Amino acid sequence: MLDQLLSNFSYDFVRNAFFAGSIAAILGAVVGYFVIIRNVGFAAHALAHIGFTGATGAALFGLSSLQGMLLISCVAGALMGVSGNKLHRSELAVGMVLSFALGVGTLFLALYKGFAGQATSILFGNIFGVSHSQIVATLVLAILSLVALALFSKRLLFASLLPELAESRGISLTGLSSAFMVILGIAVTLASQVVGILLVFTLVIGPAGIAARFCRGFWSSILISILIGLFSVWTGILLACVTNWPPSFWITAIIFTLYLIGETLARYVFRLER
Amino acid sequence: MTPALSIRDLGIRMGGRQILHGVSAEIHEGEFIGIFGPNGAGKTTLLRALLGLCPISCGELLVFGKSPGKANHSIGYMPQRGDSIEGTALSARSLVSAVRRGESWGIPWPSSASRNDVALALELAGASSYADRPFSVLSPGEKTRVMLAQSLIDKPRLVVLDEPLASLDPKNQMLLVEHIEKLRKETGTTVLFIAHDINPLLGVMDRVLFIAGGGAALGTVDEVITAPSLTRLYGMEMDVIKTDKHVFIVSSESNVTEAACHA
Ligand SMILES: Nc1ncnc2c1ncn2[C@@H]1O[C@H](COP(=O)(O)OP(=O)(O)OP(=O)(O)O)[C@@H](O)[C@H]1O
Ligand SMILES: [Mg+2]
Repeated sequence: MLDQLLSNFSYDFVRNAFFAGSIAAILGAVVGYFVIIRNVGFAAHALAHIGFTGATGAALFGLSSLQGMLLISCVAGALMGVSGNKLHRSELAVGMVLSFALGVGTLFLALYKGFAGQATSILFGNIFGVSHSQIVATLVLAILSLVALALFSKRLLFASLLPELAESRGISLTGLSSAFMVILGIAVTLASQVVGILLVFTLVIGPAGIAARFCRGFWSSILISILIGLFSVWTGILLACVTNWPPSFWITAIIFTLYLIGETLARYVFRLER
Repeated sequence: MTPALSIRDLGIRMGGRQILHGVSAEIHEGEFIGIFGPNGAGKTTLLRALLGLCPISCGELLVFGKSPGKANHSIGYMPQRGDSIEGTALSARSLVSAVRRGESWGIPWPSSASRNDVALALELAGASSYADRPFSVLSPGEKTRVMLAQSLIDKPRLVVLDEPLASLDPKNQMLLVEHIEKLRKETGTTVLFIAHDINPLLGVMDRVLFIAGGGAALGTVDEVITAPSLTRLYGMEMDVIKTDKHVFIVSSESNVTEAACHA
């Protein structure tokens, strides 16, 4: 049984999937924790979906879909950040931008017919198709994001929890949220390579959301969030190898199960109110 | 000695409306000032202005001799509402620790110095016994204590508290006021304390800043809380009823007390 599982690692594409999945899971877990405490879940979801337009547009302009998604998610993230704290938390504002962006994506899709086949893998993920160069790009981007985040994470934590106070200590909330939203743009793009644009929520917000329900400290939240992310990606990929079902299905199913268990424990065992 | 706060002919406009005008006051270091006034009078606005969070349209406002926003590391602030953290599972200790030197760069790694400071601030605010429970499950009164601890964390010279007594029962109001008074005695900080009811603060305040009708009056309770002075501020007939231990402000027309109006 174990031998059988391990034998999967003799395949290049399985190793690649593990590697890219792990990187995306770690970045998603860390960034996701800030998404949770900043309460910008919908904006995160929207940033991922806007990536679709980037991917379809990229085909038109001769870029790779990763480049296209990255570009548009980061630009959209920066714009959301600059537009101010109220606006990018507003469901109406984010929803408007999102639907317009997806509309443009549809146009690109119609203009560039050859793309339709790729669309499914962009929407639902194609972790087994990750190439070596994509892995290098993923690693570099993740390291850059984590280093950047490390530089201002103390400020970000403070400003996320008590924005008024942070502002009173001379922290620019707009600058901070723009920088964070760009990093979020990177995180959702990397996560969408694993589970697809439509399912990014699972990897970027799921683990952190479950962790934030229980953990009382910043570092314990981050750590548990990373562990949940890695566990789901690894188990999901292995189960996909064994069953031949899509890894995106398994990863979402595992995180959903963990969420249900977590919610039940939180409510009936720890008696935490929502 | 430079005054903790020096306000000269201050005017604040917001959204096209004149909120405050011609406010002058000088507050000395170590004073305990109670700030009172009806809803929407501009109490919070004045605090925000001295923190540099809202622009001044005319006049002068100096905090420890510096313009607003320049001395903020020496100001502890407790906002009127902490909506953004209502649902958090983070413990009170983690919250206070996030505020400590919150404006610095790098990662929020809790050094041992930081852990000591946090424990001390929680102790000072009387919040140690529930510091490790999730903030969201604390009672409103316990949350107030945690927010107080947060305002004390960076050893401020000035503490500004925006309605810390809201949502506390009379006993806890008294305890909190005594507590803050003790803190002030021990640390020598200046305290600006917004409240709606004057009575819980009667024994501890040095002076009163009463804000109403866009203007303000600063003085002792006996100087400011009088029928003529309040009538001038409110622009309508006001009465003051004083008993041995209590003061009530009543509108002559409507016979409701100020405390009862806003409780
Ligand atoms: N950003 C803003 N734009 C326009 N008007 C504002 C703004 N902020 C506050 N105001 C107005 O300024 C006035 C004073 O508000 P402020 O919050 O200072 O009152 P307050 O004295 O603290 O009242 P309360 O007792 O209810 O806390 C109110 O009429 C309010 O509507
Ligand atoms: Mg107020």
